[in-house]
Amino acid sequence: MTNSIGEIEDAGALLVIGSNTTETHPVIGYRMKMAKRKGAALIVVDPRRVDLAEHADLFLQLRPGTNEALLNGLIHVIIEEGLADEEFVRERTEGFAEMAAAVKKYTPGYVEEITGVAADDIRRAARLYAKAESAAIFYTMGITQHSSGTNNVLAVANLAMVSGNVGKRSAGVNPLRGQNNVQGACDMGALPNVVTGYQRVDHRDTQSKFKKDWGVKLPVAPGLTATEIIDGILDGGIKVLYVMGENPALSDANLNHVLEALAKVEFLVVQDIFLTETAAQADVVLPAAAFAEKHGTFTNTERRVQLVRQAVNPPGEARADWVILQELASRLGLGWSYGGPEEVFQEIARLTPSYAGISYKRLEEEGGLQWPCPDAEHPGTPYLHANQFAGGKGHFTPVEYQPPAEEPDAEYPLLLTTGRNLFHYHTGTMTRRSSAIGPFKPEEMAQISKEDAEKLGIEEGDLVKISSRRGEVKVKVQVTEIVPPGVVFMTFHFHEAAVNLLTNSKVDPVAKIPEYKVCAVKLEKAVP
Amino acid sequence: MVSLTINGQKVEVEPEATILQAAEKLGVFIPTFCYSPQLTLVGACRMCVVEVEGMRALVASCCTPVRDGMVVHTDTERVHTARKINLNLLLANHPLDCLTCEKNGNCRLQDYCYLYGVSESDFKGDRKDYALEDTNPFFIRDMNKCILCGLCVRTCHEINGAGAIEIMNRGFDSKVSAAFYDPLENSPCVFCGMCVDACPVGALTPKQSIGKGRSYELETVKTVCPYCGTGCGLELYVKNNEVVRVKGDPSNPVSRGQVCVKGHFGTDFLKSPERLTTPLIRKNGELVESSWDEALDLVAEKLKGVKGTELAGFSSARATNEENYLFQKLLRSLGTNNIDHCARL
Repeated sequence: MTNSIGEIEDAGALLVIGSNTTETHPVIGYRMKMAKRKGAALIVVDPRRVDLAEHADLFLQLRPGTNEALLNGLIHVIIEEGLADEEFVRERTEGFAEMAAAVKKYTPGYVEEITGVAADDIRRAARLYAKAESAAIFYTMGITQHSSGTNNVLAVANLAMVSGNVGKRSAGVNPLRGQNNVQGACDMGALPNVVTGYQRVDHRDTQSKFKKDWGVKLPVAPGLTATEIIDGILDGGIKVLYVMGENPALSDANLNHVLEALAKVEFLVVQDIFLTETAAQADVVLPAAAFAEKHGTFTNTERRVQLVRQAVNPPGEARADWVILQELASRLGLGWSYGGPEEVFQEIARLTPSYAGISYKRLEEEGGLQWPCPDAEHPGTPYLHANQFAGGKGHFTPVEYQPPAEEPDAEYPLLLTTGRNLFHYHTGTMTRRSSAIGPFKPEEMAQISKEDAEKLGIEEGDLVKISSRRGEVKVKVQVTEIVPPGVVFMTFHFHEAAVNLLTNSKVDPVAKIPEYKVCAVKLEKAVP
Repeated sequence: MVSLTINGQKVEVEPEATILQAAEKLGVFIPTFCYSPQLTLVGACRMCVVEVEGMRALVASCCTPVRDGMVVHTDTERVHTARKINLNLLLANHPLDCLTCEKNGNCRLQDYCYLYGVSESDFKGDRKDYALEDTNPFFIRDMNKCILCGLCVRTCHEINGAGAIEIMNRGFDSKVSAAFYDPLENSPCVFCGMCVDACPVGALTPKQSIGKGRSYELETVKTVCPYCGTGCGLELYVKNNEVVRVKGDPSNPVSRGQVCVKGHFGTDFLKSPERLTTPLIRKNGELVESSWDEALDLVAEKLKGVKGTELAGFSSARATNEENYLFQKLLRSLGTNNIDHCARL
């Protein structure tokens, strides 16, 4: 997030696109509803009538996979009606003319044709957003898990900049990150192209700094992304895979492809707290400690580093991940001798400019710090780009609408989109083993519209078979007004109805994120 | 700033402050049931009444604004009598089963009765006789113990925004309930359980904690929720190496005590019998238990046995920063940048 969770309540307008916030980030959802009660305009854009839509001033129910057309339409109206923040555009940005030229054709009428959202609603949304004193955009995987995911994010940035909603309180571009420490994992360089703090691994300065500190030469060429690693195994290039606390055998798109890779890889190590679907395929399984069984830090979606404290001991012989990694390093002759997580953190701060001013002592005393925090006196940064963008000027990038990689056709006439629900989390490894939540929401229910249910002769609770070009699952259905006709929704929490057997692993060319949000399926009544 | 005197001590506060806030600034204790700094003021419970010179009636300090030159007394006999009558009236309709009540030791009704020496009620008459509501797996509602302070209702409306419950009816028949007296499962309730944390008495009891320890036996550890990326602060209550209760951490700057169903009631996977407790090695197609030494030696041998570019690793968005850092350091030290995690999933 460019901005902070604590600023949400004071926003003048909230534009929530591709985020089922009240279910996936409930506490942020509370704040959005508080903002609404305090007078903010709330605009919700989603293919499903999600809970937050019920609270919205304006709900734009767009066709899945048409986000960039809608965003371009909003920008078109803002420019056409003279609502752009001209001073901000002139002083703080570059590339406006090219972007403005690109959105020229995205008239509300044209955008209605693509998205199914009424032209008038597009105009009203643009005005509500652009006229607010401060307006914040929130998005989640609803706009990123597309083959056009990067373009969607660029379009969001264009929208925020054209209206001058960057670099001030209660505004900004705010991706809500889905996992407790996904921000931290990225910050720490658990990525193929960067080390900590997004320092490029192939950059000469990075190379020499880390070589000096670690006493090891870093490989220069950027590595493979998650989806490329799976392909790499099948190509024979990757022979050993080490998985720490991930469950690709349920979470990755086009699972049959992933399962084939996990079966093929010569040696698979999985380090986890449960025998997950992935761990069950492993050659060696290492038992790890869970969050309440170790010390350390997590970094949340607003870039706030917070202390994680041990409350209980790990069960049996399970060990904290950092202990296991250090044991391995010593067997590999790397000679690590960290006395504990705090010493590791000191090394991170030493090597990472945005974390340089953060220490356990300050976290203890100040209750968390938001990066960038470049020195020990720096108070942390509640919102980014206050006086200038990180790279100087904010750059507008023209974006064109591009249809999803696979759309419904005669053979697979329905569109499948995926996500989470309130009660479960990701592959269900933790929530399904919770004594209260597990039995309360014990099974997947695919959502279909009343119209489709009638057409197919299906009733609530019926077992159906849903199939795509890549696989099939059997699942019970919920007949609901949440999804529009033609759309099926499933979560990926349940291995018994693993929706990722169906999803398309076609990726965005830049971010390499798979298109979980759109694929074509057919649905028929199944025999139990 | 406005200057006033409380119990003979001078204090200066902002003009919009209440008497209660001014007293807090001085460290003067005033009992409350229905007051919460995060919620609208209702002045319903009358426990916080104080005497203000020149005013005829006692006033509710939680919702009476200060005035310049105000002289306040919080501990006069008149104030004590009023508070005792309040407690006496509440006890007329409150089961005195503190021996087995989960709230014992952390109950404001119990604390105030102790403070003012009220052990039973002088008022005899009808008593509430509601059935326990325990159809959901998260918490039990015992509306016989409810003192109608309304904290749960305002929390549901003003913090969560779900608005699942209301105070139904009037007078003796007043009861906090979902619409049509339905169970919460049939209401907009999302089981965040913030009502449970707000309840000052034993009307709302989290099921996972029953019989697991008295509040004064529990150690509190503040940490961060393991679920989504919001980063809410949690208080884990621990007894004998077991987390027996979870609450939102009011001191956390992100969440200010707010939680959802997963953070509040979804962390007992910690003690699941399915937890992995020993290393496993695949032998003859089966995963069998092994020692740490055998497992780590084997992994080290395999990591050493391939070229860097033939090695890849998935790090974890659930592990700590320190662990993610060490994971990528390990793999990069072995000559590969093939490192990713589920940020894209």
